[in-house]
Amino acid sequence: MSNDHSAAHGGSSHGNATSYIIGFVLAVILTAAAFMVVMGHSLSPSATLMAITVLAAIQVVVHLIFFLHMSTTAEQAWNNKVFLFTLGFVAIFFVGTMFIMDNTAAHMMSR
Amino acid sequence: MAHDTTLSDAHAEHEHHELPTVFGFWVYLMTDCIIFGSLFAVFAVLRNQFAGGPTGKELFEISGLALETALLLISSITYGFGMIAAHKGQIKSVQMWLAVTFLLGLGFVFLELREFAHMIADGAGPDRSAFLSAFFTLVSTHGLHVSCGLVWLVVMIVQLSGVSAINERMMNKLTMLSLFWHFLDIVWICVFTYVYLASMI
Repeated sequence: MSNDHSAAHGGSSHGNATSYIIGFVLAVILTAAAFMVVMGHSLSPSATLMAITVLAAIQVVVHLIFFLHMSTTAEQAWNNKVFLFTLGFVAIFFVGTMFIMDNTAAHMMSR
Repeated sequence: MAHDTTLSDAHAEHEHHELPTVFGFWVYLMTDCIIFGSLFAVFAVLRNQFAGGPTGKELFEISGLALETALLLISSITYGFGMIAAHKGQIKSVQMWLAVTFLLGLGFVFLELREFAHMIADGAGPDRSAFLSAFFTLVSTHGLHVSCGLVWLVVMIVQLSGVSAINERMMNKLTMLSLFWHFLDIVWICVFTYVYLASMI
């Protein structure tokens, strides 16, 4: 249905100089912020870890949108489905691994 | 569902010949994402197993890390400018931007290898502790990917010098290398955050 519409604008999915520069400036700000939070030592260790985690997550999204040109258009639908599947897959085995290995270490008193 | 799929596939093939190839490459990148995800999980489990050896805080230098990060980030936007030139059909300009990207990537790999060499010379090689085994496996897998990207960049520069216009097939190759190169930058965001910065807190 919306295929016809997106096909007409197919050329817009590869980005232009402005979008690359916006993405680059955002990425530089986020990277510099992460370095400064760690070098400044002004936050507690757990707050620092939380801050750089949030900054990294935002920067990944910035790269996906401005550099890999991910969008919600119909022609990107399958790319997005595979991406979401992979994200879910990685989340399950990452969290699962952490849980199992942490539990094992606690029971075997290996720490 | 199946009917819907066939319909849109036929539609896509009719109007966008680049879709099947680029989509296939996207699926490959997602499997690569799973490889890095598992290596990150290994690192997360072993990150405090120093076996009496040096810790990340003692080993990592923030200035070298900042320089590596800057090189890779700038190489992302130079490749982006190359893609813009490719869409305009300016072959010489594409080759120039790809060459700049190559040099920045080469600088990154050089700095990484120098860091590894220093660590190994100081007795902090991959055989020292579980932490260092996980560190070297994860970071060098990324470095190996960047090195493959460098080879691909050279191949593209050479192939472009033999054509008078950028056809659809060439454009597909440039688009896939673009996805690959930007994907590696995303992996590096996770590396410098979780491997380096988190160890320096």
